[in-house]
Amino acid sequence: MKLSQLTPGERGTIVAFTDLEMSVKLMEMGCLPGEVVEVERFAPLGDPMAIRVAGYQLCLRKNEASVIIIS
Amino acid sequence: MDADIKIALVGNPNTGKSTLFNLLTGLNQKIGNFPGITVDKKIGYCKLTANRNAQIIDLPGAYSLYPKSKDESIVFQVLADANNPSHPDIVVVVADATNLRRNLLLYTQVADLNIPVILALNMTDMALKEGININIDKLSERLGVQVVAISARSNTGLTQLKQAIVNTTPIATQVKGADMNMLAADAIKDVKAMVGTDNDYFALQLLHQHEHLERYTPAQYEQFEEIERVHHFESSKLQAAETISRYRYLSTVLSGVIEDTGAVKKFVMSDRIDSIVTNRFWGFFIFLFILFFVFNAIFSWSSYPMELIEESFAWLTQMGHAKLPPGILTDLFLDGILAGLGGIVIFIPQIAILFAFISILEDTGYMARVTFMMDKIMRKFGLSGRSVVPMIGSLACAVPSIMSARTIENWKDRIITIMVAPLVSCSARLPVYTLLISLIIPNERVLGIISLQALTLMGMYVISILAAVIVAFVMKLIIKSKEKSYFIMELPVYRMPRWTNVLYTMYEKSKTFVFEAGKVIIAISIILWVLATYGPPKRFEQIEKKYAAIELQKDSVQISTLERDKAAEKLENSYAGVLGHSIEPAIRPLGFDWKIGIALITSFAAREAFVGTMATIYSVDNSEGNEGTIRDKMKDAVDANTGLPLFTFATGFSLMLFYAFAMQCMSTVAVVYRETKSWRWPLIQLVYMTVLAYIASLIAYQLLK
Repeated sequence: MKLSQLTPGERGTIVAFTDLEMSVKLMEMGCLPGEVVEVERFAPLGDPMAIRVAGYQLCLRKNEASVIIIS
Repeated sequence: MDADIKIALVGNPNTGKSTLFNLLTGLNQKIGNFPGITVDKKIGYCKLTANRNAQIIDLPGAYSLYPKSKDESIVFQVLADANNPSHPDIVVVVADATNLRRNLLLYTQVADLNIPVILALNMTDMALKEGININIDKLSERLGVQVVAISARSNTGLTQLKQAIVNTTPIATQVKGADMNMLAADAIKDVKAMVGTDNDYFALQLLHQHEHLERYTPAQYEQFEEIERVHHFESSKLQAAETISRYRYLSTVLSGVIEDTGAVKKFVMSDRIDSIVTNRFWGFFIFLFILFFVFNAIFSWSSYPMELIEESFAWLTQMGHAKLPPGILTDLFLDGILAGLGGIVIFIPQIAILFAFISILEDTGYMARVTFMMDKIMRKFGLSGRSVVPMIGSLACAVPSIMSARTIENWKDRIITIMVAPLVSCSARLPVYTLLISLIIPNERVLGIISLQALTLMGMYVISILAAVIVAFVMKLIIKSKEKSYFIMELPVYRMPRWTNVLYTMYEKSKTFVFEAGKVIIAISIILWVLATYGPPKRFEQIEKKYAAIELQKDSVQISTLERDKAAEKLENSYAGVLGHSIEPAIRPLGFDWKIGIALITSFAAREAFVGTMATIYSVDNSEGNEGTIRDKMKDAVDANTGLPLFTFATGFSLMLFYAFAMQCMSTVAVVYRETKSWRWPLIQLVYMTVLAYIASLIAYQLLK
């Protein structure tokens, strides 16, 4: 399942990334495989989204979140 | 101040790095440039002990040594190159204690470059409140470097940090964070032999980033490429592997060092604010309200200081003319240089107020939420969420807004924002609009309440914003950029603004504006003064003779307006006036005569000049008396060719459109040059805006006349 498919309040554990280049940026920001992420909210117009990861809040566009595979 | 040691501050964004910089250096700081790149170099000086001074350089915030934006690429360039003039003797890595693991990723990368390093744990008080206990001694022992707990916000730990800097040995002591030979051992070996270094990580970074460095010869770049080819070097894959291995290392380092007891409670407050502020319904309302407040403040709070500045300069000019010996030098100084200076200083209140609000909104964390909310809309027009603030600020003045566009990481988004910001109607257009509207729009009301004039004024603002959005959309299609647009951004916890930072920002931005844009404005003012004061000598001789004759006649009616008429006629025959006449054929299709032509030329430096120029020029036609206001004089003005009133609805509207779209602001040109570090963008901007203005006016006049 992709991170972008979760609804606010839902959690998942990062398993893999589908885009190598994006994964580098995401991992630098603490989105590592094995890390638990929780969707906090979507922007008023539905994109981007805010997630809680590694003890802080991160926002990213939906197409960026869709490269994160979670379980 | 002489410094015997160079220190660089490095850290993630939002770690309080700049606050620490301000605390260490006070007002003893200056902004310079890194040669060849659009990044400000913030340097300051700090007294470590009674006889030791340090030069401190604040490097742009970054999450890792692999750059995501141009700003971030500076970090590696400065740290990696021992010959770089900014290369530090010691690096102080500033880390946010409330989010230590992510902050330490950058630390391990910097440490592996083998420069002496100190770790400054900022916000330790905050961390303690949130139930995070950090065993500083244990961390220091495991990393092999000095670790200092500080709180830049409450000004604690600074003495210890200075002491640690003094204690630092020139030989790096840190423990290696990751063994790079696990990743690309052979390639690293080749690079080490090639550039003559014994640092594995430096060699690896060179392979990753040599494209961005300018210090190697073409042959050497070819060598790097060759090494990459031979060893099948895959940059992204290796970066990913490196990041994972570093985080793994950090987990071991931090186990037993960090104890988190109250992790659940700490975001409650921030979440609560977010649920209101980014609410589906209320979010935009709150944003609009804040915008309105800021916009209103820029106008109303600045009006008093701006009046004061205006009056002081008028007083100075008057005093100067009265006290100084008359002559060309006095005139040049007072009407050229001093007038130009006044034109710069007058912007300071608006710049300071706008940046005070931007700094408060950024410091509290609200700005990050605005970009979060607006990103989707702005992206449709080739802009990004981060373009919102500069665009709104342009309603007051494009100059500070273009400066604030620096927060936009993506190069293309930033250039487009800078290119369209001056289209948004700024406060300098307001006097032009109000004068022309009062001339061509009857003072009537629609439906009994809505003033037709106010409606037209609002229409001008709407037209300007629409134009900006459309041009942005067109530029999105034209400008090519390899840089991918990312929107992976930290949403920092809400915090109280740091008032000293707000003051520093106001001071720093105003100072930068005065010194950088000021040079150009003064130069242009002097040129304009010369053009408007001097003319072909023969014509000027004739004018002098003519008025000398009138003076002899002692005609009381003529004497009363003599000085002004003479000045007006001189202006008409000055080089500026000659220019006005010579551009008349070009502006005739827009409905303008040569007098408006002069105003267009003087407005090139600043559009505010329009009203003043009109006032001077239209004195000519009014030889019977000088009672009427500019408005009346312009109303009576007659087109020399047709004998009909000059300011018809068509001419007035065409002129307003011209002022709405044309780039008539030297300050903006100067600031765009400063911000983009090239004449290319200000020139493109000047050309496209002039063409746009011409075409819009042409269409409007030809349709309406």
